[in-house]
Amino acid sequence: MDQFIVQVLNGLDKGSAYALIALGLTLIFGTLGVVNFAHGALFMLGAFCAVIFSRLISLSHEIVDETRTDFLGNPMTVDVPYMHDIFGPELGASIIDWAVPLAILFSIPVMIGVGFAMERGLIKHFYKRPHADQILVTFGLAIVLQEIIKAFFGANPIQTPAPEAFTGSFDFGVWLGYDPLTIMYPYWRLVYFFFAAVVIGAVFAFLQFTTFGMVVRAGMADRETVGLLGIDIDKRFTLMFAMAACVAGLAGVMYAPIVAPNYHMGMDFLVLSFVVVVVGGMGSLPGAVFAGFLLGILESFASMPAVVDLLPGINQIVIYLVAIIILLTRPRGLMGRKGVMEE
Amino acid sequence: MLGIKGKDLSVFLLVAMLALLAPFLLNPFPVDSAMAQFNAGYPDLMQRFVIFGIFAIGFNILFGLTGYLSFGHAAFLGVGSYAAIWMMKLVSLNIIPGIIMAIIFAALFSVVVGYISLRRSGIYFSILTLAFAQMSYALAYSVLTPITGGETGLQIKPGDDPLLSNLAEGEIGRANLFGLEMGDSAILRAGGWEFTMNVGYYVCALVMLVAFYLAIRIFRSPFGMMLRAVKSNQQRMNYTGLNSRPYTLAAFVISGMYAGLAGGLMVAMDTQVGPERMFWTASGEVVLMTILGGAGTLIGPVLGAGFIKYMENIVSKINSTVLHEWFAFLPDGMEDFLVTIFYPFVGKGWHLTLGLMFMAVVIFLPGGLVEGGQRIASIFRRGKKSGAGDESAKQETPAE
Amino acid sequence: MGILEVKDVNKRFGGLQALGDVNLSVAENTVHAIIGPNGAGKSTLLNCLVGKLIPDTGSVMFAGQSVLGRKPYEINQMGISRVFQTPEIFGDLSVLENMMIPVLAKRDGAFKLRAIENVQDEGELLAEAEQMLDEVKMLDKRHMHAASMSRGDKRRLEMAMCLIQRPKLLLLDEPTAGMARADTNNTIALLKEIKEKRDITMCIIEHDMHVVFSLADRITVLAQGTPLVEDTPERIKGHPKVKEAYLGEAA
Repeated sequence: MDQFIVQVLNGLDKGSAYALIALGLTLIFGTLGVVNFAHGALFMLGAFCAVIFSRLISLSHEIVDETRTDFLGNPMTVDVPYMHDIFGPELGASIIDWAVPLAILFSIPVMIGVGFAMERGLIKHFYKRPHADQILVTFGLAIVLQEIIKAFFGANPIQTPAPEAFTGSFDFGVWLGYDPLTIMYPYWRLVYFFFAAVVIGAVFAFLQFTTFGMVVRAGMADRETVGLLGIDIDKRFTLMFAMAACVAGLAGVMYAPIVAPNYHMGMDFLVLSFVVVVVGGMGSLPGAVFAGFLLGILESFASMPAVVDLLPGINQIVIYLVAIIILLTRPRGLMGRKGVMEE
Repeated sequence: MLGIKGKDLSVFLLVAMLALLAPFLLNPFPVDSAMAQFNAGYPDLMQRFVIFGIFAIGFNILFGLTGYLSFGHAAFLGVGSYAAIWMMKLVSLNIIPGIIMAIIFAALFSVVVGYISLRRSGIYFSILTLAFAQMSYALAYSVLTPITGGETGLQIKPGDDPLLSNLAEGEIGRANLFGLEMGDSAILRAGGWEFTMNVGYYVCALVMLVAFYLAIRIFRSPFGMMLRAVKSNQQRMNYTGLNSRPYTLAAFVISGMYAGLAGGLMVAMDTQVGPERMFWTASGEVVLMTILGGAGTLIGPVLGAGFIKYMENIVSKINSTVLHEWFAFLPDGMEDFLVTIFYPFVGKGWHLTLGLMFMAVVIFLPGGLVEGGQRIASIFRRGKKSGAGDESAKQETPAE
Repeated sequence: MGILEVKDVNKRFGGLQALGDVNLSVAENTVHAIIGPNGAGKSTLLNCLVGKLIPDTGSVMFAGQSVLGRKPYEINQMGISRVFQTPEIFGDLSVLENMMIPVLAKRDGAFKLRAIENVQDEGELLAEAEQMLDEVKMLDKRHMHAASMSRGDKRRLEMAMCLIQRPKLLLLDEPTAGMARADTNNTIALLKEIKEKRDITMCIIEHDMHVVFSLADRITVLAQGTPLVEDTPERIKGHPKVKEAYLGEAA
């Protein structure tokens, strides 16, 4: 049983990332009818928002510290971050320490801007083009985005640590009445899971309770009719796209401490997120979230040593295997609607 | 001639000319000149041109004709490569058995993948093929290491002693065609120019021509017409008494066999294989080639494959020194400025150029290079017509 | 025995009884119309005949053979062709190619891998296709892109594609739906010509009474999934039950 809980927990953080990316993909697909292969790149951009932000607030200048001397007896020059000057050494240090969570505030406007620019500048022109064209142009865009990041940040992963308060692990076992140290879960992953849950909840609440959300949901069900009602659906869909970009970006920002950001992380996640969307059912938001967590957890179960011994390699292929089985038995995915993407 | 005529024949002859004269056409600059780095006439690169050409021609039979977008064709290329290298390690260093086995294995694998994936269409089909390819990649990388050599892959090693090749003790086998070694080249020098005529390249080029010829026949056959019907309207097809499933499956398997053939040739030219050959980006590459050239056209995939492989090799070779040389005639500030601007797009930044180019083609030229050519040609034609006089132009305007 | 015999066919969708005990017999070389108000089950019945839907109970026999459980392409190969409400043609292909596909299907069956032969070498079939196009007065359009034609032309092309297969039974699903009066009259004229020139049985589902009464030899009125009456057009006109079904009047 404890093993079971451990695997579920292990699957949660990856599942959260899948769910967030898949949610954005589904929103874009459901509203705009666009298959966005650049969505993984948006996730990657989010992660790099964390990198950029932590670099920005760590910017420093040199001062000569008279109180300390180097081994030759000369006064030593030390780097002092501007943050220390502005907020004083203590607050300044903790701001730098908390760079990743604070980067959320930085990433929201950035990602909305990116999403807005992408939709107005490119995606807009592809609404009426075949899905193959959409896949191809966004695939090209994904390459461009990741190469730009590579040009600026190099090919190596950039370690972006979580705040110190969240290093270490939480002993889940004790909490549930097991022996200490049986079920350990890193704090940050827990944070990530709750963060994802909040973002997902916010998106659903937004779609459920605001007029804007209502129009978008109506548009997802029947775009033409909503257009005929005299509602300027395009403008709303632009915002929708920006929002989906923002969700992917947020997923990326907070993921930075879990996997050091690198330029190809988006592509790695994209393929799996697409599988997630298809398993959940094209155009179904709850399906995307459910399938995201389901596949994340399944992957984690398949990685258990006992399972791998029994079926070598299963951890590598389980997601694809499940996708194939589901697509063959339930053509519309777990929660897909009729008539979506069926020509 | 050969059962093809008219435009098709001229396209075929054009490709044949290009393929056979490639060692000359691709080396237009003297060896010592500053432009020599733009020569592409070395065997390794030319082999890749035609091998990827075969891959793209095959992919086009599926995607171009039926519209089914497979994102997993690299898996068949990989399977073909593994089959071929095992034949060369165990049976014969002659490339023929290896290539035949590559095609057979790719065909068998594509029957399985196609049979399952073709139960769905549209994006679901794309995801299914992607899933199969990623599974093959993951398995080749890990569990199947005894067969695939895992991460390091397989290559011909000193200990390999194929049954039918009499190797001396400790001799490393080299791929050959009835004794003709793939690595052999004849170098032709004329003035400052140097042309390499490589056995391996010509073997590949001939195979490519056969593959291209068969593709033309398929395009013009009743089968090819049925495949276009699949793309156009499956409903009508079913109500016309045609079962579309075996048609698409046949197209899928044929294109899988082309991929296997390409994979086998890759091994024949460069006796090694690794799992990265099956990664989904490799599948993406052949999609790019086909689209860039012009999906559904005959010559498009060949052009696309050649173009991408050429650009990849040439653009990625440009570094900042080369850029500085180019702009050396400008004032220093200007020179540095231009170098800074161009630098991200060349050398290691080649993928950025590729991505931009690719977007530009999809946005402005959905028909690919072939459409671009046609547009240019029609501009010229229009130019000629208006030169012929106003009267004929008037007559051509419809009465209504 | 008619060429098409529908016996005790039932079809439910969830709680809705779409077809209840439908019996229908279509005699050879006649035009049989099926009419009825919206939601009467006309399209469901048609879909059961072509293999798109499988009835829950009952039998559908065509020329002595059951069609149940067969795929649409198998049913077509038995000799049933179908014209759709909106013309279904191969839009990306030329008009002549649109005609070649059905003749090839007729000759080669549901699947035949003829990958090396050239379509241009099929002299006989090409001649047959051109002759058929001539018959529907579309020969001059044979090199046109099928999608670029007018709706009326598409309709004629679709009918030509069906007729070239020489089906024993031609099913027409509201062939004049959404057409202007002139186009409707043209279609009626075309169908009349087909009826006179060929040994063919036609089964028309139609809303437009003008079309029905100009063409049909017999009419079946369907209401709420069950046949009300079956008779000649003359006697259907003014039949009290029909009035009731359409107008909801108390008889």
